[in-house]
Amino acid sequence: MTELAPPLLEVHDLLVEMAGRVLLHDVSLSLHAGELVGVIGPNGAGKTTLMRAITGRVTHSGTISLDGAPLEAMRGRERARSIAVVEQLPEAPPTMHVSELAMLGRFPHLGLLGRETSRDVAITRDAMTRAGCLDLAERLIGTLSGGERRRAFIARALAQEPRLLLLDEPTAALDASAQGEVFEVIRTLADDGAGVLVVVHDLSLAAAWCDRLLLLHEGGVVASGAPREVITAEHLALVYGPFVSLLSHPDTGKPLVVPSGLDARVRVDAHP
Amino acid sequence: MLRTSTRAEVAAVSTPRTPWLVRVRHVSPFVLATAALVAAVLIGVTQGTTAIPLWTTVAMLLDRLPFVALPVDAPESWSRILFDVRLPRVAAAGLVGAALSYSGTAYQGVFRNPLADPFLLGVASGAGLGASIAIVSPLPIDSYGFAWVPLFAFGGACLAVTLVYALSRTGNLADNATLLLAGIALSAVASAITSFLLLTGGPNTYPIFSFLFGGFNTASWPRLLVALPYIAAGAVAVLVQARALNVLQLDEEQAAHLGVDVRRTRLLVLAGASVIAAAAVAVAGIIGFVGLIVPHAVRMLVGNDYRRLLPLTAILGATFVILVDLAARRVLAPQEVPVGIVTQILGAPFFLYLLRRGRSAGSL
Repeated sequence: MTELAPPLLEVHDLLVEMAGRVLLHDVSLSLHAGELVGVIGPNGAGKTTLMRAITGRVTHSGTISLDGAPLEAMRGRERARSIAVVEQLPEAPPTMHVSELAMLGRFPHLGLLGRETSRDVAITRDAMTRAGCLDLAERLIGTLSGGERRRAFIARALAQEPRLLLLDEPTAALDASAQGEVFEVIRTLADDGAGVLVVVHDLSLAAAWCDRLLLLHEGGVVASGAPREVITAEHLALVYGPFVSLLSHPDTGKPLVVPSGLDARVRVDAHP
Repeated sequence: MLRTSTRAEVAAVSTPRTPWLVRVRHVSPFVLATAALVAAVLIGVTQGTTAIPLWTTVAMLLDRLPFVALPVDAPESWSRILFDVRLPRVAAAGLVGAALSYSGTAYQGVFRNPLADPFLLGVASGAGLGASIAIVSPLPIDSYGFAWVPLFAFGGACLAVTLVYALSRTGNLADNATLLLAGIALSAVASAITSFLLLTGGPNTYPIFSFLFGGFNTASWPRLLVALPYIAAGAVAVLVQARALNVLQLDEEQAAHLGVDVRRTRLLVLAGASVIAAAAVAVAGIIGFVGLIVPHAVRMLVGNDYRRLLPLTAILGATFVILVDLAARRVLAPQEVPVGIVTQILGAPFFLYLLRRGRSAGSL
């Protein structure tokens, strides 16, 4: 990644209004190929709305461009060849095989009546390998654990061969080990050259894995930059209130955000 | 003893089945289904009150093919029975079976609901009402005027599917129960109006009876040929969307992210499936549950790829209805049972079974 290369994704002065309410305002963001950027913020901050704006699912003003070309000009299948999305809780029939799900990612690359070629099969297998679910190929979706399920949907997204991958809370409702496995997959994708934008609820997880973070609050950007610049005591107090404390990881030095309970507030009040 | 069987199980589990990705081009289900269809047709045309030997029948059929001339030793009456009575009847049963199964598969795909079926959605009743209105109206019915009936049937089918869709939309589209309840309510209204027309329509209402009971005893070549282009056009409209239907098995958002124009796909498939269902009703009246039973069985055999599912449900749907019609002709021979009654007796328990299973699996 060189600073001179134009950003893969560039969002400028994004404004999203729905039913008279401002959901996002003055949001700007740039993301280069090879970068893993986390979008953080409390519930209702506009994280998912930002994702939906980038994928063209909500109307907005301001510009969103991919490799310098405005995204508005791209229609369905063309967009799907460049941008892949893994939603928060994607659905698939429980009787579908993982390999079938992954193969659906080839849809935007095939004609209406097109048949999958051996090249499509190879790309799908590669996607499943990279998502760490090739060994699950013959399993049914309904039999997967939460983490396996998430990786199956990531494989579907990778089969689209996207330049930009958007993930909305890929680790929600997963245990700690599955969270780590999913983020390892995502990190490797970015290291291999994809641009990845991921909505993360868990601040420590975001700080541990992302190159940069974007902190949203009430539809606006509070801070953006390296995890240590974004996750600061002031920002946390402003956005998350008094019940969280900021620590530093003893090994990596990255920010750790932990619940603090009432004691912390008493301490803060006593020593302003 | 125990060790051996355990090891055998482990071996069976660890031996990989042919991966799906390799099986993509597997064609054998089509060969098997076509063989079943040919067998059903042959059984269908040989069974009847007049006994015509199987080989004579085959020879008479082959003799009609271009470039084939066989010395057939058969009386003229056999030829009339075969070509003017039995063959159109078997062809009508096959065409209607294929049409109902195919449109059922398409509705299931577009509504993402395994219980959708032209009969349960009220589409068949809507088409029946449309056809009944055409029959009692002063529009000419006979000869060339016959084309009004399928047209009105299609109008009724489209109105029904639009209403059911709109009604179910007030809830969540994924809410299977709402869709079915809307279909049942609409069916009740359409059937009531049809019955009213039957009672007040005067002397020319007999064809309405055949719509209500559903059957092939009035099958004729002209009637089939009128329906064929509708069915063919609808089938093409749906088949073109087969890959989009595959993607629509996921949720609507994912389908949109994958580049499916969800609205357009939905519109095309609903219109196509409704044309097909309406044409089937125009040929044979209301024959319930075929669009539920056959797609379900075919899904269990070949999975959920609509590119394979749609043609296979057509072939096996034709086979199924030909055989059911055969049963309807033979069980109480010489008296005939309307096919629609047979399929309802078979289909309703099957529907309840699916409903129970779906509830326990949490999909309803």
